[in-house]
Amino acid sequence: MRESLIIRIHYATALAAVALVAVHVLIRVTQGFAESLEYESVVANYRFLPYAGLLEIILILLSVHGFNGLRVILLELRQGRRYERAVTLACVAAAVAVIAYGSRTIILMNMGAV
Amino acid sequence: MAAVAPPTDGARRSVTLRIRRSNPAAGQGPSYSEFTVGAEPWTTVLDAILEAKRGHDHSVGVRYSCRQATCGSCGMMVNGRPRLACFTKLSELGDGAVTVEPMQNFPVVRDLVVGFDRLFRSHHSIRPYIVSGEADIAPGTRETPQSPEEVERYIQFAGCIKCGLCNSACPTMATDTQFIGPQSLAQAYRYVADTRDRGKDERLRIIDDSHGIWRCHYAGSCSKVCPKGVDPAMGIQLLKGHMLGFR
Repeated sequence: MRESLIIRIHYATALAAVALVAVHVLIRVTQGFAESLEYESVVANYRFLPYAGLLEIILILLSVHGFNGLRVILLELRQGRRYERAVTLACVAAAVAVIAYGSRTIILMNMGAV
Repeated sequence: MAAVAPPTDGARRSVTLRIRRSNPAAGQGPSYSEFTVGAEPWTTVLDAILEAKRGHDHSVGVRYSCRQATCGSCGMMVNGRPRLACFTKLSELGDGAVTVEPMQNFPVVRDLVVGFDRLFRSHHSIRPYIVSGEADIAPGTRETPQSPEEVERYIQFAGCIKCGLCNSACPTMATDTQFIGPQSLAQAYRYVADTRDRGKDERLRIIDDSHGIWRCHYAGSCSKVCPKGVDPAMGIQLLKGHMLGFR
């Protein structure tokens, strides 16, 4: 994948995350911050499908953006074909793992498993 | 005809010049040599180094040629900042000792002389010339006309003298040994912005690398140190615009 495409994704995920995290924070604030963190409230939020979808999208956006940022930092610390390939693969794998684990939590909560 | 002595207002003073000495090929680590040299208001750092060579230690290694900020040979760290020695007067550096060191982000050959292989390789990689099938002058052809506005787009970047000060000031160059560098990126923009050139797509492909244009953090230090008024940081941002399809 060309670097310019990766950067486009990086910029797009950042912009989208800013907008969606703002929505997320606004919902928390309008509900009352302390109240919104109570157990019943959190469970209710996960079971509300549009909000669960919002959390899932934020999870994907921040994972892709964050792990690509980490990849860029690591590429600047050291160079070498094998090192760069290992860093790229490790960051992709870490992003997939975080998205998978987070998605599992969101889906289980949404389906009422907890 | 008698030589005319330069005017003097009695402002001649003595300046302590500290020169970082090293010879990596001979295994000689860095040390500093101190020289006391005379300085008139117009004395440049290069003048002072050459006086130290002439009057104290002829073995000081320094590269220079034109003495008028045109050849780009005498780049070095002067009091911690990349500058051209021939373009920096001692009088603009304050009253303290003047410390000169080889440029950062370049391998030291000896004393103040650094190797330019990486800069020249990067510069060469972006094809720093007009790519055009119509470039050759043949009977019946004429030069390619450009409007003043078209020239304005790239002319400041054509002032680059390849002195390497921008690369020396760049923080990414310090950590990423494969980063193409602000000098080459600015030159890539210089040709991309030229209406006579047809090599834009290839140049953009060359710099679209994991150690290419996207590793620029936009610190802007390259533009601050350029002795010719070139603004590599701006060129890099304009080039990013081309790559993202905004231009």
